[in-house]
Amino acid sequence: MIEFSTPKPIEQLQNVVETVAVNMMRPVSREMDENEHTIPWNFINFMHTAIKSMGGTSMAPESKKEEKPNAEREKRPSIGYQRLGSLVEMLAWGDAGMYLCIPGGMLGSAAVAAAGTPEQKQRFLSRFSGDKPVFDAMAMTEPQAGSDTSAIRATAVLDEKTNEWVLNGEKIFVTAGHKALEESDGFVVVWASIDPQAGRAGMRSFVVEAGTPGCRVTKMEHKLGIRASDTVSILLQDCRVPFENILGSPTVEKTTTGFKGAMATFDATRPIIACQAVGIARATLELVKEKLAENGIEIRYGLPRQKLTNIEREVIDMEVMLRSAWLLTIKALWMADNKIHNPKEASMSKVYAGDIVVKITQKAVELLGPLGYSRELLLEKWFRDAKITDLYEGTGQINRLVVARNMLGYRGSELR
Amino acid sequence: MYSFQPSEEQQMLVGAIKRYALDDLRAAARDADEEGRLPPELIEKGWELGYLQASIPEAYTGFGERSAVTGVLAAEEMAYGDLSGALAVMTPGLYTTPILLAGSENQKKELIPPVIEMEWKPYTAALMEHRLDFDPHELETTATLDGDAYVLTGEKICVPFAEGAQGLIVYAALESVTQGFIVPGDADGLKVGERHKLLGLNALPLYPLDLDGVRIPKANRLGGGDAEHDMAPILAASNVALAAMAIGVSQAALDYSMEYAKEREVFGVKVAQKQAIAFFIAEMGTSIEAIRLLVWEAAWMSDQGMAEAYKQSYLALSGASDTAMMVTDRAVQILGGHGYIREHPVEMWMRNGRGFATFSGLAIV
Repeated sequence: MIEFSTPKPIEQLQNVVETVAVNMMRPVSREMDENEHTIPWNFINFMHTAIKSMGGTSMAPESKKEEKPNAEREKRPSIGYQRLGSLVEMLAWGDAGMYLCIPGGMLGSAAVAAAGTPEQKQRFLSRFSGDKPVFDAMAMTEPQAGSDTSAIRATAVLDEKTNEWVLNGEKIFVTAGHKALEESDGFVVVWASIDPQAGRAGMRSFVVEAGTPGCRVTKMEHKLGIRASDTVSILLQDCRVPFENILGSPTVEKTTTGFKGAMATFDATRPIIACQAVGIARATLELVKEKLAENGIEIRYGLPRQKLTNIEREVIDMEVMLRSAWLLTIKALWMADNKIHNPKEASMSKVYAGDIVVKITQKAVELLGPLGYSRELLLEKWFRDAKITDLYEGTGQINRLVVARNMLGYRGSELR
Repeated sequence: MYSFQPSEEQQMLVGAIKRYALDDLRAAARDADEEGRLPPELIEKGWELGYLQASIPEAYTGFGERSAVTGVLAAEEMAYGDLSGALAVMTPGLYTTPILLAGSENQKKELIPPVIEMEWKPYTAALMEHRLDFDPHELETTATLDGDAYVLTGEKICVPFAEGAQGLIVYAALESVTQGFIVPGDADGLKVGERHKLLGLNALPLYPLDLDGVRIPKANRLGGGDAEHDMAPILAASNVALAAMAIGVSQAALDYSMEYAKEREVFGVKVAQKQAIAFFIAEMGTSIEAIRLLVWEAAWMSDQGMAEAYKQSYLALSGASDTAMMVTDRAVQILGGHGYIREHPVEMWMRNGRGFATFSGLAIV
């Protein structure tokens, strides 16, 4: 059955989170943007308590779902990813930068939840339900390696005497790395090669906990947008972590199955970035319509295009883009919930939502004229925030490659 | 709940239509376009699939219930084969569906059964008018009450199968409000003009229609009584049908150009292995999928009787029309010079694709 109604529990959650967004995020949005690297502790502490009171350890759905007995799980279809996506959409509607400051909600915990053993999940994820907020991060990008992850130079060598992995390398663009390593007892999931000759087959991820000697934050970036969120560089110098901190198999197989398994994390995380894009786009469109209404401009739906004003046409196009992006995204998440293989749809949602939020915010600044360009409104901030969604978790271009390979049935070597 | 899985029944229907669309409609499409004629047996075969019959309740001799969601699934597959053929097969729905949506019980009982008998028959409808800013909410064709009859006056265009039509719904402004009127094909004052020559839809016989004081009994107003009937559900049903067909044409153009790009060699590789082309394809596929969901949602909202359904259908058609133009244009581009040659269907799809912003009322589900 084809159906388009938001599940009741998600609707209730959206109502609660909207209140949070309106009361805890929007009022400090401008201040956080103007004072880069200020940490929104009030909001963070509030969210920490809220997530704990809802019985969660982190925002990643996998970590909770597996605790439930099978019988209960089969009773009704799982909506964990759809729920998470709806939550993220609303938080990004509030403030995309502050959303990234939520404890336990980043890619590090997602990677542990997706690829960790039960013991690893217990060791690394339980910290999120303690008294203090704890943060996590993922370190993949290097100065010379962005989307081309096979170019990663960081290494992990096993010291058999101590049974420790020794990590060396430099990581950049680590979202929330400062909060994870220096502001809490968190961790960073670091990508490194256990066999540089093996290419992607040798790529593994390692949990590096805060306070581990040889791991330090070397730089905090100054960015176009999402300024409430820290983006850092991390230097690993003979950084030793226990053998048990490796996620996935410690040996190099001839195949890239392990690497592909890790890449599968993106099937869940890319639609989540799309949700952020949709949230920013919705905030923007709502503001545009509000300002137009204040100026007595009404959108006349149903007219032939020949009769529409330019502003009406623009707003209608924005509505088409926004709604279709949301549906494409919720479908990718619905597939994840229903265990349907979704790499194509996950990348499609990110390509499309990243595109439309950039178009919508750019057009909105133009449509509102001097109001749009002024820092009086949050619109110019959303214009800056929006762009990140077309860049991180794979640029729009790398995701187009993923979509095209899936559509054409090409391997990476056939479509570079 | 969100769910994107068509029911088993819907999947079976879509499967049957897809076979017909490819084996019959697609196979005949080029000749039909060149000759300006669809073989009657082709239309008959599509009619026998029973899509329309299955959307009409048993009380009116059908064997199902109307579902706009099923309708958009069917319309997309049909148009995937050929747009002209799809519109032709579905033309009788232009007559029955508005009656089903807005007609009186008597009108449904009397007027629907003859249409959905064994053979496809030319029952149709007339909405469009020859103005650059044609607007279904502001028609120039008028209906005026004269005693116990309505008098219809005006000029309509793009009426499918108007020549020899057995019955049609004419939309006209009654005191400035668009209303539907049921007109017998042989009514006095009804004059079919010379068949249109258009940019696309060459296989579909479309005619202008002159209404010179056509008198019809008062009871022939859609709804039967004096009360105004709501046009929104009818226009919504048209919007989602056209939007779904725009997606069908787009999907056809994408699949065709993708196959071509995987065969065609350039500089030692397949042209699809070039990012310029691969990115085209990724964007075409992504837009189609996104807008398809918008169409499904609008249809679902119609089925739920939601007040927002009409607005949503308008957005869906707006998005689908743009998608069809973008995708069909790129399909031609991917084939390069070959796309411009009439041996390939992409130029026809590009011509047909341009029409969705204009085809008001040409399809209904």
